[in-house]
Amino acid sequence: MSSIIHGAGAATALSTFNPVDSKKLTNLSVRSQRYIVAGSEASKKKSFGSALTVRHSQKLIPNAVATKEADTSTSTGHELLLFEALQEGLEEEMDRDANVCVMGEDVGHYGGSYKVTKGLADKFGDLRVLDTPICENAFTGMAIGAAMTGLRPVIEGMNMGFLLLAFNQISNNCGMLHYTSGGQFTIPVVIRGPGGVGRQLGAEHSQRLESYFQSIPGIQMVACSTPYNAKGLMKAAIRSENPVILFEHVLLYNLKEKIPDEDYICNLEEAEMVRPGEHITILTYSRMRYHVMQAAKTLVNKGYDPEVIDIRSLKPFDLHTIGNSVKKTHRVLIVEECMRTGGIGASLTAAINENFHDYLDAPVMCLSSQDVPTPYAGTLEEWTVVQPAQIVTAVEQLCQ
Amino acid sequence: MAIWFARSRNLVSSLRHNLCLSSTILVKRDYSPRPVFTTSQLSSTVFLSPYVASLRHESTAAEKQLDVVQHSDDQEDALQELDFPGGNVGYTSEMKFIPESSSRRIPCYRVLDEDGRIIPDSDYFPVSEKLAVRMYEQMATLQVMDHIFYEAQRQGRISFYLTSLGEEAINIASAAALSPEDVVLPQYREPGVLLWRGFTLEEFANQCFGNKDDYGKGRQMPIHYGSNRHNYFTISSPIATQLPQAAGVGYSLKMEKKNACAVTFIGDGGTSEGDFHAGLNFAAVLEAPVMFICRNNGWAISTHTSEQFRSDGIVVKGQAYGIRSIRVDGNDALAVYSAVRSAREMAVTEQRPVLIEAMTYRVGHHSTSDDSTKYRAADEIQHWKMSRNPVNRFKKWVEDNGWWSEEDESELRSNTRKQLLQAIQAAEKCDKQPLKELFNDVYDVKPKNLEEQELGLKELVERQPQDYPSGFHV
Repeated sequence: MSSIIHGAGAATALSTFNPVDSKKLTNLSVRSQRYIVAGSEASKKKSFGSALTVRHSQKLIPNAVATKEADTSTSTGHELLLFEALQEGLEEEMDRDANVCVMGEDVGHYGGSYKVTKGLADKFGDLRVLDTPICENAFTGMAIGAAMTGLRPVIEGMNMGFLLLAFNQISNNCGMLHYTSGGQFTIPVVIRGPGGVGRQLGAEHSQRLESYFQSIPGIQMVACSTPYNAKGLMKAAIRSENPVILFEHVLLYNLKEKIPDEDYICNLEEAEMVRPGEHITILTYSRMRYHVMQAAKTLVNKGYDPEVIDIRSLKPFDLHTIGNSVKKTHRVLIVEECMRTGGIGASLTAAINENFHDYLDAPVMCLSSQDVPTPYAGTLEEWTVVQPAQIVTAVEQLCQ
Repeated sequence: MAIWFARSRNLVSSLRHNLCLSSTILVKRDYSPRPVFTTSQLSSTVFLSPYVASLRHESTAAEKQLDVVQHSDDQEDALQELDFPGGNVGYTSEMKFIPESSSRRIPCYRVLDEDGRIIPDSDYFPVSEKLAVRMYEQMATLQVMDHIFYEAQRQGRISFYLTSLGEEAINIASAAALSPEDVVLPQYREPGVLLWRGFTLEEFANQCFGNKDDYGKGRQMPIHYGSNRHNYFTISSPIATQLPQAAGVGYSLKMEKKNACAVTFIGDGGTSEGDFHAGLNFAAVLEAPVMFICRNNGWAISTHTSEQFRSDGIVVKGQAYGIRSIRVDGNDALAVYSAVRSAREMAVTEQRPVLIEAMTYRVGHHSTSDDSTKYRAADEIQHWKMSRNPVNRFKKWVEDNGWWSEEDESELRSNTRKQLLQAIQAAEKCDKQPLKELFNDVYDVKPKNLEEQELGLKELVERQPQDYPSGFHV
């Protein structure tokens, strides 16, 4: 099982489209920088980034977003792949805090089925980077117990879909015990793993767990999409006192990008402005960001100016950034990989309609996967995932 | 490994001995000359076909060769081993199934007889007068507490309660054998452990009433106690979820090399949950200092143990996970004390999990939502309540030592009763949690959406206070 996943994931580094370096996507350097910083400053006080405000770490850059044009002047920075960025983030946090530990199947000497934990067992030992027997409910429960006693476990689900077996522990204990114990016990766990539709991995290995988990009170959910935000979100998630679920995507592990050498984290509750624009707000996350940016190229050629936001924070939504965008463009398109029914898009549509109804010139449109299990056959699978052409059509429709 | 081998050989030979008695199951080995198979040649087709034919032929003659079988078997097995992943394993050409149960059930470790007298030549840790009196007092207090809170529920003053009647020895004696640093992950029928550690009757009452002094801030049902000060994890209703968590606590203690272990409780019914398998397996593989205490009280609501599993109780399952186990008379306070104390030593010094199956009986109903007379005989309940009562049994021993008198008894019971009634009255009168506690502690800091929801609700309540309960305040 692990060999199938590994092989498929490694071989398919975004062969269908080009934007490997996320920095290339954000051309409007100065304007976007100013815009983002302003938004972040205001929200900083309201957000619960306790890790940000309380901890003092050297050269910490909070509120980090994708546009780091300021850093291009310094040619320091190092290039790495997304899975390496995750590993770097994890390793730095393990160096920083002896309580951080990793557990999951084959995470130790095998290095993890996507090599995110490669080398960590050699460095930190077999106990701190723990290979568990095959029982997701057990190691999730175990992490919860360890967290209640003071450790900060990072749980790896070999594939997000397998975490359905851990749903009981995640919902009834992880999300709840801080509340039901009256605040006496905290559960600072990070649950992470690859999810989303891969390349012909079959229905059970193509789950979008974010739609199932989004209702659980007490947890936070974030989705990374670039090496920069992958490392930043991993570190922020580990430092957070709340349980955080970090969604990675099977097809994004080999994305390459240059990231800063200095220590930085990304705010867990913030969305990322990928491409500012005027005509329409396109909200997306994870792999669909790349499909959207590919569609954006076509749209720009056709004369449209889309604003693309990678929402990153799936629970809670960054309604501040999203709201500002809606107030500017008055049109919203959501592009997601979740199923139509009960997905992140469905919740986001409701939230936007409730909060920004007066600012909309057109109904919120949501492009999602159909309500079908993901088939194995390549052509069928391709039709279940939203493609750039559909996005272009939808924008044209909305902007009439 | 040599030790294991010898032990298993004894097991195998004793099984063989047992099986002779129930001879219908097996067919004995055929000793007619047969080509010797090398390991490489062993395949199912080669192996089975001539063998099966000869089995049918030899079946009636087999039993006479019994004694011959046992001796030569031992010699042969000692010489031949196969190296499979997982270690060397001897092989035998005798096709033998391990029986589903041994003819004799695992015996129960007990120190006190029913009359409260120490059985001669018992192994046990001596208990001082001070400790014994404290243990007895706490067992009696637990009994009184259970009765009074149960009545309070019946009177409608609290919404729910769950008694530990009949299991006082397990509750108190186990707690007495632990150290305060040992982390306890209870199921829900172990308030005695918290009581032993110093939780007051007022604190129990506050949780049951969910008032503003409740450490859980009114967020959980009654009896779902939790106190980080007392190293007692907040009770979570779903069964057995605490078992893998206990493995995690053990892992944490092992990492920090603490002189402490995790102690977790489960009932007979809870052992059917997947988390039981998961928790035990993980604790064994991790070599974590975890003590699993199973209260086998015969009933899981209305499901009797005969409908819950087909094994010889829970103790036999320990070996399946590579966990040292013992079966204890759970109604014998001294036996429970000794077993838990030994187990704790083993868990901490040897860094291994231990399983204790404490045999007992659930005297009370499952909870206040249950009427157990509907599925079991009332005189069965009476029998266990009166003649097999663990509190009375221990009392006899304590009294026989001259450490307890009838005056002490009546004084304790009436004082405790009075204190409880006062605690209940006070807890009942105490204000409930304010509205903000509905939204706190979901996260460490309240996010925007919860702030909005709180504001919305607050406005609603202020606008229409008549629609909300009078004690309800923001």
